[in-house]
Amino acid sequence: MAKGDPGGTTRGRRAAPRSRKSATGNPELVQLLTPEGERIDSVTGPDGIEYRVDFTDEEYRGLYRDLVLVRKLDAEATALQRQGELGIWASLLGQEAAQVGSGRALRTQDMAFPTYREHGVLYCRGIDPIMPLGLFRGVDQGGWDPNEFKFNMYTIVIGAQTLHATGYAMGINMDGKTGTDDGEAVIAYFGDGATSQGDVNEAFVWAGVFNAPMVFFCQNNQYAISEPLERQTRIPLYQRAAGFGFPGIRVDGNDVLATYAVTRTALDNARHGQGPSLIEAYTYRMGAHTTSDDPTRYRIASEVEAWQAKDPISRVKAFLEKQQIADAAFFAEVDEQARRESVHLRERVLAMPNPEPVTMFDHVYPNGSPLLDEQRAQFSKYMESFEGSAH
Amino acid sequence: MATETLTLGKALNTGLRRALENDPKVIIMGEDVGKLGGVFRITDGLQKDFGDQRVIDTPLAESGIIGTAVGLAIRGYRPICEIQFDGFVYPAYDQIVSQVAKMHYRSRGKLSIPMVIRIPFGGGIGAVEHHSESPEAYFAHTAGLKVVSCANPQDAYVMIQQAIASDDPIVFLEPKRRYWEKGPVDLDAPLADAYPLHSARVVRPGTDVTLLAYGPMVRTCLDAATAAAEDGRELEVIDLRTLSPLDLSAAYESVKRTGRAVVVHEAPSNIGIGAELAARITEECFYSLESPVLRVTGFDTPYPAARVEEEYLPDLDRVLDAVDRSFGW
Ligand SMILES: Cc1ncc(C[n+]2csc(CCOP(=O)(O)OP(=O)(O)O)c2C)c(N)n1
Ligand SMILES: [Mg+2]
Repeated sequence: MAKGDPGGTTRGRRAAPRSRKSATGNPELVQLLTPEGERIDSVTGPDGIEYRVDFTDEEYRGLYRDLVLVRKLDAEATALQRQGELGIWASLLGQEAAQVGSGRALRTQDMAFPTYREHGVLYCRGIDPIMPLGLFRGVDQGGWDPNEFKFNMYTIVIGAQTLHATGYAMGINMDGKTGTDDGEAVIAYFGDGATSQGDVNEAFVWAGVFNAPMVFFCQNNQYAISEPLERQTRIPLYQRAAGFGFPGIRVDGNDVLATYAVTRTALDNARHGQGPSLIEAYTYRMGAHTTSDDPTRYRIASEVEAWQAKDPISRVKAFLEKQQIADAAFFAEVDEQARRESVHLRERVLAMPNPEPVTMFDHVYPNGSPLLDEQRAQFSKYMESFEGSAH
Repeated sequence: MATETLTLGKALNTGLRRALENDPKVIIMGEDVGKLGGVFRITDGLQKDFGDQRVIDTPLAESGIIGTAVGLAIRGYRPICEIQFDGFVYPAYDQIVSQVAKMHYRSRGKLSIPMVIRIPFGGGIGAVEHHSESPEAYFAHTAGLKVVSCANPQDAYVMIQQAIASDDPIVFLEPKRRYWEKGPVDLDAPLADAYPLHSARVVRPGTDVTLLAYGPMVRTCLDAATAAAEDGRELEVIDLRTLSPLDLSAAYESVKRTGRAVVVHEAPSNIGIGAELAARITEECFYSLESPVLRVTGFDTPYPAARVEEEYLPDLDRVLDAVDRSFGW
């Protein structure tokens, strides 16, 4: 999908007649594209809001391209880790639709606060996909400028970023940047496990009290490492929002269209001054928690297979084929682009230099510190003492 | 006679198992400690054998883990809390410092919190940020907490059981980079006869310099001592084992003989454990010292990216460099 602000509601030719209009199905789960690739025209969520998307064919193809690219780059990163080129990798496999759907729903002026798994959102923000690989390779701690791309640094400490997102959103209010179509909004990403953290619950309180223009976007991928959802909650996560006084909704996180529609609506509500909301994107972590993890210790193959049938990409492909929005040549071209970009990614990762050790002393303080100056000087002298030796 | 060769990780696992067997009030709580057996497998198999009422996968919230463990302790349980990585203990810091540490004092001794907080700590495993930290000074600085660290499988096996049996709240620091190192463990020796928990120990005798270390750096110091011996220098290595309370009797005795001391830890130096050791040794051994007490530590930066951690962490060369500097004074 083109950069910028896609997925408008009125532009261009609409893709083919929609297969059905559904008020049926699971009322608790907003879905616009079934696992079989059946398009649902619009859905009225339990919140009474009617969700629909109205993409041009070009835009549908763009979403498909995003999904495929994001998955391919992720697979390449996993392979690089297996070959010892990355220390660890947290794969997004299975969560492409949740990330591309929400990532594309962001408008240029919106700010995102990710965890460590939002490589798909990062991609949608226009950040070079090599950036997170530096962090996981161990050469830096993430290299992009959060303000330039409106995408904060990855946050590994579970839940912490939800408070940062809330504070940022409070700042938008203070700056008077809500209430119009080009108002600003914030999205905070976090997992199902994170919902147990104090920080996340405090963020809910703050966001409610201060009417923060933001969306809490929970990717419920059913696990926090080995712990299944039941270890974190007795009720569906989206229902938590009610207790904090703002709306919550569950969307099919493997449905890029529904995720887009729900996120776009929530962000627009926020930017218009209607405060926070919680989206639970119901999805599944198809791979291991990270490359260090062994999921066979805690989940069974049949569960994974059941989710395989709900794959976020194959349903878009089925839809594009059925509606003749894309042909074989298009799919081949996307695959070829994905292959090229992953090869390119690999080449650049292999060429990533190790940092100069002395750079570890940089940037600790904006104003520096005499203690560090001293340590840096001693360190340099010490390192020089090895030069020319066999060391 | 059951002396077995175990990894440090397996020795901890075996010690935990023994504690669960011996006292029905002992429970384990933490993230992923059940089915998964912990991300380092230190609790491997324990939920299977003792059930999910005693080996509890908790919700993902460290403050919750420690806070509820306080309540369980008041109720008569002996919780062993696993913090998954050093960098994730901070959400629980308030509970540890303000609640766990002070209960006994505030209740004038009516309440004890016999809690063990296990933390895999330190670097050297090539991890991403927040997975390689050395937070010991934060805890050792807090009255009401005890802080210990094991450095070899035998100590791991014994010390974890002693810590669980103790009525003090204890922060138990596990040198994660040494989890896979093997050593003999005597599985039968009665706990009552074991070397006391809060005692340092000379792990290599020497005459020329005293090296003081704990946890992961004990191995580094032993390697340095081996290397130095080839050059004709005999380094004495002391494994402190307990950081709060510190046991420095062996250190004083040693430094009075050697006249030189080097403290080695991964944690940054500023206002750290090494500073305390240097001050105390200087006070106690002033007239025996041939040179100032030197420190070999991590630098006062955040823990850096993995590809430069080798340069950040004290290693054999930096220890020997400090030994040279001590002699060159
Ligand atoms: C405060 C904190 N505690 C523990 C961890 C270790 N940890 C990393 S990921 C994870 C599980 C997170 O689960 P969830 O929030 O569902 O996100 P997911 O990884 O499934 O995307 C845990 C426990 C951490 N990073 N931060
Ligand atoms: Mg999860």
